[in-house]
Amino acid sequence: MNKAVIQVKNLKKSYGKIKAVDDISFEIYEQEIFGLVGPNGAGKTTAIECIEGLRKPNSGNLIVLDLNPTTRGQNLRNLIGIQLQESQLPARIKVWEAMSLFSSFYNKNIESEPLLKDLGLEEKKKSYFDKLSGGQKQRLFIALALINDPELIFLDELTTGLDPQARRTTWDLISSVRNKGKTIFLTTHFMEEAEKLCDRVAIMDKGKIIALDTPVNLIKDIATETRLKFSVTESAELDLLDNIKSISKYEKSGSNITIYGHDKRMVKDVVNFLVNRNIDFYDLQTEQSTLEDVFLALTGKQIRN
Amino acid sequence: MRSLSRLTVVQMKLYLREPMAAFFTLVWAPMMLLLFGFIYGNEPTPFFGGLGFIDSQLPAYMGIIIVTVGMMSVPISTAEDREKGILKRFHSTPISPAIYLFSNVFTYFIMSFIGVTLLFLLGKFVYHAQFEGNIFSVLAGFTVSTLSFFSFGYLIASLSPTARVAQVFGMVTGFIMMFLSGAAIPMEVMGDKVANVSKYLPLTYVVSFLKGLWVGDSWGSHWLDLTVILGLLVVGVFISTVTFKWE
Repeated sequence: MNKAVIQVKNLKKSYGKIKAVDDISFEIYEQEIFGLVGPNGAGKTTAIECIEGLRKPNSGNLIVLDLNPTTRGQNLRNLIGIQLQESQLPARIKVWEAMSLFSSFYNKNIESEPLLKDLGLEEKKKSYFDKLSGGQKQRLFIALALINDPELIFLDELTTGLDPQARRTTWDLISSVRNKGKTIFLTTHFMEEAEKLCDRVAIMDKGKIIALDTPVNLIKDIATETRLKFSVTESAELDLLDNIKSISKYEKSGSNITIYGHDKRMVKDVVNFLVNRNIDFYDLQTEQSTLEDVFLALTGKQIRN
Repeated sequence: MRSLSRLTVVQMKLYLREPMAAFFTLVWAPMMLLLFGFIYGNEPTPFFGGLGFIDSQLPAYMGIIIVTVGMMSVPISTAEDREKGILKRFHSTPISPAIYLFSNVFTYFIMSFIGVTLLFLLGKFVYHAQFEGNIFSVLAGFTVSTLSFFSFGYLIASLSPTARVAQVFGMVTGFIMMFLSGAAIPMEVMGDKVANVSKYLPLTYVVSFLKGLWVGDSWGSHWLDLTVILGLLVVGVFISTVTFKWE
């Protein structure tokens, strides 16, 4: 196993009576993409900002790149890259000025020209910050987080507010950064994002971590259910589906059928049934459980409310 | 040092790209000078103790610049930068808070200084204003007064819950001071009622101090002015350092 670059032990942080982060512990290893996921208000930003040294925890032990972020925040920030959940640059700063300014804050720099090119911002070098689109601003913030060539990068709600197209482009970008040997710690409330991007995921709700594993294991653990969907002509005789043991239940809504089951043989059984009885079916698709379902199973609520 | 110099250059550019701030710092006071100079001229009159209007009022116009930068630019842009998360973004880098604030103060000071220089040049070349003081004494007095008002501006920014509050408070108190302290309109033309109010406005003491230094008074003869100015500086620096927030 790779070396731990972040160690969090019993981290707690309250605002008044509200326990924003309530005793969480985890480790993040070199070269992994680790995601802290959960609904808005779960405490993700408070947790990540304690680890970055921007907030002082009430208690707990934190070690980030062998430093204590609470007491050595300034030294730590020289070694890491940070993208904040909600921040801006001055409206009238130009892209190249921001790059040149931020590079002067760090001991180590990489060239900003190739970085801007990689992020598709070279055309925008002379643009004012407030003239950039949401996606361009986000990419500039990624550029600023990479300008000191950090080994460890923190991305807080990176793709919030981006359209699906821009979100996918950003995912590719993050993967390519990791492929250069960097460690990435990100927070998100998009389960799909965590599932596609992260090596390991910690699910956070109401200040606590309620599950932590690889996305595949998390999904496997909730006794996954397969959903099979297809359409038939209205008149099709389907009552005999009840006889198939691998089906736990099915729903019929007009010509659309959804079949639920836990057994691996279910798909084969159903297709055999349809073929043997000469029933025409189309648009057949299977749906696996996702992290959304994991969250629902663990908390009894949808993540998007 | 590299970060300090780049940050200062960027902040100066940003200041000049903000039309409102640049106008009030660099154009407003010289414009007032030209306007009132056009109306009153600069003929010596017993009303101003044998001086002309411009001779007497030019140093007071420094107060206009001090109050606009200190009570408007500083609190409004600091509170706005905080509210938008700009300060936090800088705080997320290794730059030290002291360097960031120093660069900020230095930028505001240089902008005010340019405003004052424009004012002096206009007074000298357009109205042939008389100057009987010591230039170093005037500049030192200007510096102390400026820093004092800046510290008050940071105090407003620190204590305002939102940028909107900082803006309203800064604008209202700023304009009240500008017009009732003798900075924009000479105290000599205002009645006793205004004089009673002006006692409670810190800018009144700045105006009296700078007008005195302009005609060659010693610092000691303005001990009351100086006490108020330094008192404000100490209180402003203390409270704003204790209560300053990055977000």
